[in-house]
Amino acid sequence: MKRKMSPLAKLYIALIIVFLYAPIVVMIVFSFNSSVSTSVMSGFSTRWYTSLFHDEGTMKALVNTLILAVSSSLIATVMGTAAAVGINAMKNKWIKRTTMSVTNIPMMNPEIVTGISMMLLFVFAAKLLGIADALGFWTMLIAHVTFNLPYVILSVLPKLRQMDPRLPEAAMDLGCTPIQAFFKVTLPSIMTGITSGLMMSFTLSLDDFVISYFTQGPSFETLPIRIFSMTKKRVTPDMYALSTLIFITILFLLVLLNVLQIRGEKKLKNKLDKGVR
Amino acid sequence: MEDNGIIISLDKISKKFDDEVILDNIDLEIRDKEFITFLGPSGCGKTTMLRIIAGFLEADSGRVMFEGKDINSLPPHKRQVNTIFQRYQLFPHLNVYENVAFGLRNKRMKEKDISKKVEEMLSLVNLKGFQRRNVASLSGGQQQRVAIARALAVEPRVLLLDEPLAALDLKLRKDMQVELKNIQKRLGITFIFVTHDQQEALSMSDRVVVMNEGKIQQIGTPLDIYNEPKNAFVADFIGESNILDGVMLDDFKAKFSGAVFQCLDKGFAVNESVDIVIRPEDVDVVPVKEGAILGTITSNTFKGVHFEMIVDIQNFKWMIQTTDYYPVGTRIGIEIEPDAIHVMKKSEYSGMFGDYSSFSDELEKLSDVTEEEE
Amino acid sequence: MNKSSLTKKAIASPYMLWSVIFIIVPLIFVVYYSVTDADGAFTLDYVRNIGHYRDIMLNSIWLGFVATVISLVIAYPLAYIMARSSLNVQRTMMMLVMLPMWMNLLIRTYSLMIILQDTGIINTALSAIGLPRLKMINTDGAVILGMVYNYIPYMILPLYSIMAKLDHGLIEAAEDLGANKLQVLRKVVLPLSLPGIASGFTMVFVPSVSTFYISKKLGGNTVSLIGDIIEMQFKSSNNYNLGAALSLVLMLMIVVCMAVMNRFASDDDDGGVLI
Repeated sequence: MKRKMSPLAKLYIALIIVFLYAPIVVMIVFSFNSSVSTSVMSGFSTRWYTSLFHDEGTMKALVNTLILAVSSSLIATVMGTAAAVGINAMKNKWIKRTTMSVTNIPMMNPEIVTGISMMLLFVFAAKLLGIADALGFWTMLIAHVTFNLPYVILSVLPKLRQMDPRLPEAAMDLGCTPIQAFFKVTLPSIMTGITSGLMMSFTLSLDDFVISYFTQGPSFETLPIRIFSMTKKRVTPDMYALSTLIFITILFLLVLLNVLQIRGEKKLKNKLDKGVR
Repeated sequence: MEDNGIIISLDKISKKFDDEVILDNIDLEIRDKEFITFLGPSGCGKTTMLRIIAGFLEADSGRVMFEGKDINSLPPHKRQVNTIFQRYQLFPHLNVYENVAFGLRNKRMKEKDISKKVEEMLSLVNLKGFQRRNVASLSGGQQQRVAIARALAVEPRVLLLDEPLAALDLKLRKDMQVELKNIQKRLGITFIFVTHDQQEALSMSDRVVVMNEGKIQQIGTPLDIYNEPKNAFVADFIGESNILDGVMLDDFKAKFSGAVFQCLDKGFAVNESVDIVIRPEDVDVVPVKEGAILGTITSNTFKGVHFEMIVDIQNFKWMIQTTDYYPVGTRIGIEIEPDAIHVMKKSEYSGMFGDYSSFSDELEKLSDVTEEEE
Repeated sequence: MNKSSLTKKAIASPYMLWSVIFIIVPLIFVVYYSVTDADGAFTLDYVRNIGHYRDIMLNSIWLGFVATVISLVIAYPLAYIMARSSLNVQRTMMMLVMLPMWMNLLIRTYSLMIILQDTGIINTALSAIGLPRLKMINTDGAVILGMVYNYIPYMILPLYSIMAKLDHGLIEAAEDLGANKLQVLRKVVLPLSLPGIASGFTMVFVPSVSTFYISKKLGGNTVSLIGDIIEMQFKSSNNYNLGAALSLVLMLMIVVCMAVMNRFASDDDDGGVLI
């Protein structure tokens, strides 16, 4: 059933969209400014984009960010999926509940607390082991895996609960070992949860600033950290150019994802229609 | 049934969804205090009709009248009709008491009167003492009762029931049928009941409205509908029927399956082709030499009270119910009494129903299941 | 069967070990650092000194609370409209709401700063048409705006998802029983969306109270939040012990606020609002 929106509702939506996007539009416009100003438009130019691509520090940070996001999300997905399977099989209510409460801590705790608590651990461990520059890639990786894990677990667990527990039993009845049954039956039926957990971890890791900020060292700089140090001083429009590029990439990916999703649904619908006829 | 005035009338109601005609020019008058049932297969428009009466949908054209007044533009909360929803739609955040009191609070009644009314309603539906219970903790049948109490608490003139028993199991469904009927008699208000279950419709209603493809096929008492179906669709949908191609030779004289039978129907043109309906229980099995027509038994199923046989008569498969057993392959004679023959005018449904050549219990059950998923 | 369920339990052990070392132990360190001094000796000085920061803490809670309430007031009607519109509109709106979230918070905050600055776009435009400039940057209002702008999607999403799940039949049932639009909202939609309100509230309130970047950029030196003080201890003053003590208090503060909030949210006789 189609429901028509009242004009008032449309106006309301429009106002919110303007509110959400005004700063982004301003940023995109000024990324093409020919002068250094971020409040007066003096002419069109792409010089900030050119200078961005020649800025080695930023390019290095971009690569670092991707390395960190890929590795942390993969580790978190594998460990988190295994954890979800284990938690789902737990019989003892008390252990189960405690595990879930611990899992919720990084999600509920303010990021700054998570960040400094890990920093304290790393600093303490480094002092104990006599390492001078403990903070760097490895500490950030641990931190990112830690804050990604709950998201993976919480997107896989519901899929496991939805799954008919008789399914693996049926597979074993037909001659699968428990491990084969897991890979052939359980894994495919929780796959959507795993992929959404992976995607969520990847994007969270890409975007994270606060926790990275406290666990990072000078040896390994990510994009958000670089942006932070750039915004400490007066910003030139090359940062806007960078943000614009990020925005366009994300927009493109989101639209693509949506189109694929709609197409998938249509295909499914066609199939179903044919099945009925 | 007493002769009552008209409470609701539908005047040339039509409704389309996405260019698909759901209701096609419906005219209907509903009498005060009657139990009327809209009966039909899924997609026939019965629920749409109910929702238009309730005010959740607006007809594309036509008028809904309540006691002669046009209520087309009256929103649901101002209509004197209330609905029992298919899935009850109890408010999960409110307990039983608050669910029943919901409509009364909207009327801003005094708390004392509300509590009295709720008490009264809960005892009407046999749920005394359930006031503080959480609705999620109730069984399906109990939720159903709360839904009834909630709708009746606001004292509607007309109660609309949208397949209210579909979610209950068979035993409970039978009990609720009786109980609903009793409640209706006791309160003396109009019930408009929607169902796809013909047995339910026949056993509860004062009048049945048989619908298909957005049109009313027949309106009448359960007996009329069963004994005098207007066309092949109604004959097939209500109970089991053998529907045969026939010719009216003259008044009281019908010819079908190669033989001439006496019947009680008249008023057709000479040699007019017609549809003949014969109920499986109305066929008499006789020895071959006494039969007006002959057939061979192709299958026989024991049903408890009777045997249900499929009999091949000149390549048309009849369903015949008997209390005697005949083995498959037996040749039998068939005799039909004049009052067992029902003659109908030809319609758009002629030739579509009434042959049991592809019949099986399993198929029947399958089609029931898809229907309930509606 | 026994063997497979044993492997299934064992399979969670790497995670359990990980969560003990990297979730529980770090929190113990926060407590440890807040009750020791720089040399590792036990002291309660830092915890006692927290009283000095009382005003900053109260101000953090106040600004976070105001931002959360504003987000709720703006997001609620939007989520309601979204949930009741056609599937295509819902999908598009979801995308439009989520898209800014994928931009880095730093960038979003910075562009907001550019707009609000004394020499920013609004003021440039105002003076161009001969109006006096407005003092916007470095005020409480700017910080609240920054919080609302950055975190409002976290309010919209849970509200929308709970309202999209809300059975439309319940609204019809209420209308059927004589409830007008306002009564439907007050008696059915609002109580049933309470869990969404509670989780949206948490998701906006927690990051707002603990932010340091938003207050740094939009509040300048005039508005300092508890997050700023904590950040300073770790990044410039190197006073980890004070920073840990402040973090501990921040954590407790949020727990208390959430408990109050949940009490308030589940204030009906059955008392069963699940988050």
